[in-house]
Amino acid sequence: MAEEKIRVLIAKPGLDGHDRGAKVVARALRDAGMEVIYTGLRQTPEMIAEAALQEDVDVVGLSILSGAHMALLPKTVQLLREKGLDHVLVVAGGIIPDEDIPKLKEAGIAEVFGPGTSTQTIVEYIRNKVAEIRRSRKNA
Amino acid sequence: MLDELVRAAILGDKRAIARLISIAENNGTLAREALKALYPYTGKAHVIGVTGAPGTGKSTLVNELAKEYRLRGFKVGIVAVDPTSPFTGGAILGDRIRMRDLYNDPGVFIRSMATRGSLGGLARATADAVKILDAAGYDKILVETVGAGQAEVDIASTAHTTIVVEVPGLGDDIQVIKAGILEVADIFVVNKADLEGADGVALSLEVMMSLGNSEKILHHGILMEIKPATESSQPRWRPPICKTIATRGEGIKALAEAIEKHLAFLKESGAWEEREKLRASREVEEILRTELLKRVLSKVDRQAIEEILGRVVKREIDPYTAAEKLAGGLT
Repeated sequence: MAEEKIRVLIAKPGLDGHDRGAKVVARALRDAGMEVIYTGLRQTPEMIAEAALQEDVDVVGLSILSGAHMALLPKTVQLLREKGLDHVLVVAGGIIPDEDIPKLKEAGIAEVFGPGTSTQTIVEYIRNKVAEIRRSRKNA
Repeated sequence: MLDELVRAAILGDKRAIARLISIAENNGTLAREALKALYPYTGKAHVIGVTGAPGTGKSTLVNELAKEYRLRGFKVGIVAVDPTSPFTGGAILGDRIRMRDLYNDPGVFIRSMATRGSLGGLARATADAVKILDAAGYDKILVETVGAGQAEVDIASTAHTTIVVEVPGLGDDIQVIKAGILEVADIFVVNKADLEGADGVALSLEVMMSLGNSEKILHHGILMEIKPATESSQPRWRPPICKTIATRGEGIKALAEAIEKHLAFLKESGAWEEREKLRASREVEEILRTELLKRVLSKVDRQAIEEILGRVVKREIDPYTAAEKLAGGLT
């Protein structure tokens, strides 16, 4: 039996055009042996949730620098859950003020990786979390 | 649980379709059970392959074709394949970037797929994904290969209609008479037709086909008609050459027409059945090969195999005799 790959959707919700960070993370996840579906700029929460469903991903990574994170990130999580994708791990990165992080976590964003986070930290976080989620789904 | 997924997929449930494609990618035994149940529902879709070198505009072309098909009322499935890194096993699947027009269309399903070590331009599970989409009621299934060079021709045995995408500036006209990818084309597309040299590419393709068909030859810069040596009674398909500028949607309607013409040709000439038969025979042969190998290896114990391999390495026996010995265990 083939090894089950970790599939990650990397998307940029909202209108800012800064995709360097998203690309660096995508590249790091690729180098860690994951399959990264890169969807590019200016995605709506609807587009992201539908892509996550069709691509059957384990993780959705959202990069946002526009300041609209309080509107777009919880909306994306909500749409994912509405589609029955309860198991999908949602993480965020970009420019997100510290005081917003607790509210985002409450809304279902599992972790927020700010500027300066090492890619190794992100890789390890995703690996561990996905392994945990897969175990609990198998036992369910 | 698998039965439920299969039933839901046949009814068109996207989550079930997505899950089944993952199962096909990850788990041979489970996938086999699912595909057995789905098989009776397949065979209705028109499978269209799109192949060509990296950067020729395959994804953009697929996006435009899908939009055109939606206007014509077809449901469209897309399987877009990108390469897996041979070093890390990871992949970046970026074909969706060019397909953003289609994301929220309920009549479109897009799946990105990594090759996971397959070398023929497709993933091992691509054909399975096509079957799943076919059973789920998608009318046109567009399969985009990895950026292909010269020998990645697996698409021809998966698709009914194969489109080879060329662009200006990739090489001289000797490239087009080399064996391989150009031979599998049912339709040629010269994309980026606004770039200099597009007419030259189209002419080279025209000449290449003439060399094979001996209907026209290029002589002193003029295309001259010549009669073929033997008149074949079989109707033949001459791949048309379509010029497109995919980023602007130009030439897409004509391309869709050419694809429909090819489909009509396949149905009228009996070539559709022939292709289906060829595909079935290849598929059964491949499954049989894997199955027989598995049986042989299960009959002989690991240690005996190691011992025989050791003798091959020491040149005590040759690999042919070794294989015969191992196969002998089957009877």
